[in-house]
Amino acid sequence: MIGERYVNGAVLIGLIALPLWALSADEVFTITLTTRAAILALAAVGLNIALGIGGMVSFGHAVFFGLGGYAMGILAFHAQTFSPLDFGLFALPGTKSMPVIWLVATVVSAFAAWIIGLLSLRTAGVYFIMITLAFGQMFFYFAISWGAYGGEDGLSIYVRNSFVGLDTLMPIQFFGLCFALLCLALLLQWRLRRSPFGLALNAARQSTERVQSVGLNPRQLKLLAFVISGAITGVAGALFADLNRFVSPTMFSWQLSGELIILTIIGGVGRLMGPVIGAAIFITLEHWLGGLTDFWHVWLGTILLAIVLFWRGGVIGLLTGKEGPHV
Amino acid sequence: MRASRAEPGTGKRLMPSILIIEQILNGLQFGVMLFLMAAGLTLIFGVMGLINLAHGSLYMVGAFAAAWVAGATDSFILAMAAALAAAAAAGALTEILVIRRLYSAAHLDQVLATFALILIFSEGTRFVFGSFPLFLDVPQQLSGSILLPGGIQYPLYRLTLIGIGLLVALGLWLLTARTRIGIQIRAGENDREMIAALGVDITRLYTLVFALGAGLAGLAGALVGAIQSVQVGMGEPVLILAFVVIVIGGIGSIRGAFIGSILVGLTDTLGGVFLPEFFKLFMQSDAATQTGSALASMAVYILMGIVLIRCPTGLFGARA
Repeated sequence: MIGERYVNGAVLIGLIALPLWALSADEVFTITLTTRAAILALAAVGLNIALGIGGMVSFGHAVFFGLGGYAMGILAFHAQTFSPLDFGLFALPGTKSMPVIWLVATVVSAFAAWIIGLLSLRTAGVYFIMITLAFGQMFFYFAISWGAYGGEDGLSIYVRNSFVGLDTLMPIQFFGLCFALLCLALLLQWRLRRSPFGLALNAARQSTERVQSVGLNPRQLKLLAFVISGAITGVAGALFADLNRFVSPTMFSWQLSGELIILTIIGGVGRLMGPVIGAAIFITLEHWLGGLTDFWHVWLGTILLAIVLFWRGGVIGLLTGKEGPHV
Repeated sequence: MRASRAEPGTGKRLMPSILIIEQILNGLQFGVMLFLMAAGLTLIFGVMGLINLAHGSLYMVGAFAAAWVAGATDSFILAMAAALAAAAAAGALTEILVIRRLYSAAHLDQVLATFALILIFSEGTRFVFGSFPLFLDVPQQLSGSILLPGGIQYPLYRLTLIGIGLLVALGLWLLTARTRIGIQIRAGENDREMIAALGVDITRLYTLVFALGAGLAGLAGALVGAIQSVQVGMGEPVLILAFVVIVIGGIGSIRGAFIGSILVGLTDTLGGVFLPEFFKLFMQSDAATQTGSALASMAVYILMGIVLIRCPTGLFGARA
């Protein structure tokens, strides 16, 4: 069995080495695939905080992914059409600057997560799963029927947004940005896990009553975790939209919420690098099986079924020989 | 499944009361079809404690079986029977192969495993039938519309759907309240160890309940398939609305599922028609249409939110 630390190190090195190799071999598509994996991993890191540490089975994390995407789409749309963003009382110009877009994505998805969490955390168990799922659908249908920003067709952004000092249209530079943000989020997840807040949250997952009896409020702990989780997934959404230069209601779809959970589970739920490994495997499967057969979802489903029934703990659990935290 | 919001021809804006009644009927039709889905879901959860995402796939299986048999035999009755049988068989098979390993598993595992089943069912169906939608026609005897008291022309088929839905609801009530199996089902909801100890074959009961829920979902898929197209992925939007229904009604309660279905069906249909009109009272026409339809698409979820704030375990739910 291998120590988890070595697995984690190997994953990070692999994630840098692959696009660098692709750059030297002039395999632009591989760089794009790796970028996709890094962004999905970032979204799943967000989910992992709610799911792995907080034990909240959120089946609606696509909401935050989509909100991040639309934050980028709407701001960039107003910038590219030179029309102000009209709030009635005041108007703001759009922007093509990535840091501003990320900030807006963070704030908007954190706010949404706060509202959704406030309502959903009144319940637990299956109710929580279904309610988060329903919120996802609500945003999905709203995005479809909201014609001002493309409705069902989505919004195209012609030029990728800018970051000071970088040429974001170069795939490797954009990958660097995504990778840096992923590392930041991983650092945050790592620190959070060891902080008093993270320890209390971990305890709240295992036993609400015990946490309550030492004078902590488990619902508040979970709510804060849910907000942090939503904000991280939101930033990932903004990056994803920038990668494709396109936003559409599918970013809100419940399949995406499901896929984010799958990523996290395949990698190892509650593990630091679980989401990264999960995203890498998912993208590899999607690309490789998708190239072999049009019906690759059958195989994804079969693999997933096998993991759930026989293979608890995901890939990291398998490599390190230790089962992960129970959700 | 959504009752069509702008069905041309039947209702003219000139007679608002007729329009309202017509839309209420549409809402009822949508509601009872949702009930066929929600009843199975809520039974399966109530008795086995299982959250089954693959219920939408059984809806799809029913619709495809019906479309295929109708294409081969030209008989609507045979098609419906095939839908029931195929979905119930698919349900029983899945229960035996996969689902029964999940009863004692965590909810997360149930969600994932049944999500995996969706992927397998959807892609499997796509493999067999291809990506193009199939069509299932409304039978000759049930096509056309009928004159209701008050001078309302209403499609006969939709009226039949309402009738079938109400009959199924009645049948389910009789089954759970008046039969031996119903007693066992209710006992299973309360205390499964006890009824196992009393000598009821719980494994068989579970398979039976699952097959019953699956059959109802398949029937709903086939019935709705005749007014919409039959295609891969048709089950999931309905599945999620059925979840909303059972969350509103209280998970495990058939009565709750019925009330919830009707509420959701009416809210969705009436909201879609009347909210844009409502906003036109004080807004510009196109802005009103946009706001109204955006809000209408969220209406059932807002309804769910309100219900949950009032009672977190739903209207008729006893336990979380």
